[in-house]
Amino acid sequence: MHIMMFTERPYYDVPEDEIIKNASYFGIPNEHFDPEVGGRLYNSYFDEAVYAEEKGFDGIMLNEHHGTPFCMGAVMNIEAAVLARITQRVKIVLLGNPLPVADPLRLAEELAMIDMISGGRLVPGWVRGAGSESIYNNANPAYNRELFNEAHDFVVKAWTTPGPFRFEGKHYHYRHVNPWVLPVQKPYPQMWIPGLVSPETVVWCARHRYPYLALATFLEPTMEMVKLYRDTAAQEGYEFGPENFGYLQRVVVAETEEKAQELGRAFMYGGGINAFARPEWMFPPGYNSRAATRRLAQVFTDPNSGEELMALRPVETPDDIEANRSQIYGRFQAEQDNLQLICGTPDTIIPKIRHILETVRPGIFSMWHHHGPVSHEDRMTSIRLLGDEVLPAMRSIADELDLPGPYERLPGSRPLGAVAGG
Amino acid sequence: MPDYSNGYSESTIYVGGTGVSLIRGGSGSPLLVLHEELGHPGWLAWHRELAHDHSLIVPVHPGFGPLPRADWISSVRDLAGFYGRMLHDMDLDQVDVIGFSLGGWIAAEMAAADSRQFHRMALVAPMGLRPPEGEIMDMFVVTARTYLNASVLDSKAVPEFSSLYGGEETPGQFEAWEDARAESARLAWKPYMHNPSLGPLLEGVQGLPTLIVWGREDAVVPLSAGRRYNQAITGSELAVLDDCGHRPEIEQTQQFVSRVRGFLSQ
Repeated sequence: MHIMMFTERPYYDVPEDEIIKNASYFGIPNEHFDPEVGGRLYNSYFDEAVYAEEKGFDGIMLNEHHGTPFCMGAVMNIEAAVLARITQRVKIVLLGNPLPVADPLRLAEELAMIDMISGGRLVPGWVRGAGSESIYNNANPAYNRELFNEAHDFVVKAWTTPGPFRFEGKHYHYRHVNPWVLPVQKPYPQMWIPGLVSPETVVWCARHRYPYLALATFLEPTMEMVKLYRDTAAQEGYEFGPENFGYLQRVVVAETEEKAQELGRAFMYGGGINAFARPEWMFPPGYNSRAATRRLAQVFTDPNSGEELMALRPVETPDDIEANRSQIYGRFQAEQDNLQLICGTPDTIIPKIRHILETVRPGIFSMWHHHGPVSHEDRMTSIRLLGDEVLPAMRSIADELDLPGPYERLPGSRPLGAVAGG
Repeated sequence: MPDYSNGYSESTIYVGGTGVSLIRGGSGSPLLVLHEELGHPGWLAWHRELAHDHSLIVPVHPGFGPLPRADWISSVRDLAGFYGRMLHDMDLDQVDVIGFSLGGWIAAEMAAADSRQFHRMALVAPMGLRPPEGEIMDMFVVTARTYLNASVLDSKAVPEFSSLYGGEETPGQFEAWEDARAESARLAWKPYMHNPSLGPLLEGVQGLPTLIVWGREDAVVPLSAGRRYNQAITGSELAVLDDCGHRPEIEQTQQFVSRVRGFLSQ
């Protein structure tokens, strides 16, 4: 099993009232951003990544979002380049570069440089980007999937086809492709794809034999995607296995239950993940197929309570702010009950993680271990406890359950029918 | 026989392999009606009025309805070229045209390409030119409902507004708006709802009688854009309606019909 550490690298020095008033992290005026604070934060997040490597994590997962204090990875490849130099062993897992808002030729070059500098430790991953990335970067959301597909095909071509060559696509046009930087991993690095259980993306992954990583989604729709991947893999003529599937889990660990609860509450800050962006910014025109739009309504609704997660609307008065705050924190216990958020000491969280591993059977497990206002010291404690106590337990569970990661068994490498009883 | 019991009929024609839903009603000289960015809103009071003396021809823009979209249409100028071909296929020479908002922009592009396609042209708060003052409201960062609410000065004072858009949004309405919004994004995401080369080309239009209708309180396309249209098109007339937003046809229906009818019958 491949176990990675993940954080959104939040810029949490924003008054919670501002987030609640806006009902969204995206769109908060950047007058609340202080580059001195931001600079210190970047460096502490780098220190934590180095410590995670020391404590036994297999990978550091980064992501990219624009125009939001939710995530400081505005240009994730710059962070990845730093990690390439200051870490020695861990995979640098980029989940992912938002292809539709990128210049794919420059992206091919940036990623090749990271792979070279890191000595072949890069795991590039691709995303369509949240709808807000399309708005922020002015990339037409109605062509989002076309842009994604064409940019992906172009990057692979730039890495594998000897140059110079000319590329005339529908959306991208290059008259001279001849990068003098190429990945050291041949023919190119493994690519992993994260997502919010869009069926189209899962099918696309299965056809490309790319591992799919479900981003902290409810277990029920996640399991439907496991089945969809497995079925598509069978159509493609290969056996699906844990090496094809990953899961991102919010895990908060501390020395005491009380402290873990305090740190876990920070995940709810301002509305947490449900306040990432307002629905009209998450799903701009044409961003989703009709089927995916209907499906998302299900993903963001708790199958146990039926409660709609994206119900926050912008507010102004102090009373409305307080009402929304109590709605936000009122969900904290439900989030723990349905295992969307696992908080506790190593002893109390391991059985819950075991349940997730038994249910989803992922070969990749990413631990989103803090969000909101949590101090560097508490983050370091979390990494220490995860590394010293939780990771060894998970590795033994993974052995027991036979959950190989994509570096133990190449995704898509087993022909259909090759597995006894499969 | 087509069914005209509602005052209009619906049929499908094919232009170079692309299907277009055509809504037709009324009698008299043909009037091409180019609808707005959220789709054809239905057969409204102004349609019924103008149908007394015109044969209204309302094509549903490709991509705005259930028919397959044309993949090669990715700009308003492409769509204008498509409609030029449609008019030719339908043997409609020198037709009268009226266009609303996005539809007004399409008409203006057609006139800029070849003004002889039209006999008279009425533009109702058209997109297409960058306003010298203010900005065109960005429909792509708000919900369809928010955009519609901003499109009229006072929704409570507009009976047709509540009959069209009042009540809970139905799934069918939501999907129709999402289809229209997606196709509008394909046509006009960037530059947003305008074409920098349209103004200079419109300056070359000669001898096309043109009426430009604008609500003084338009919160979607500022009136300054109307003045720019007025300057660009030689001999055009700008009619500004008071107490009116972006939808003169439903906000000030009587005045609107009277101005348009008068213009078309000159």
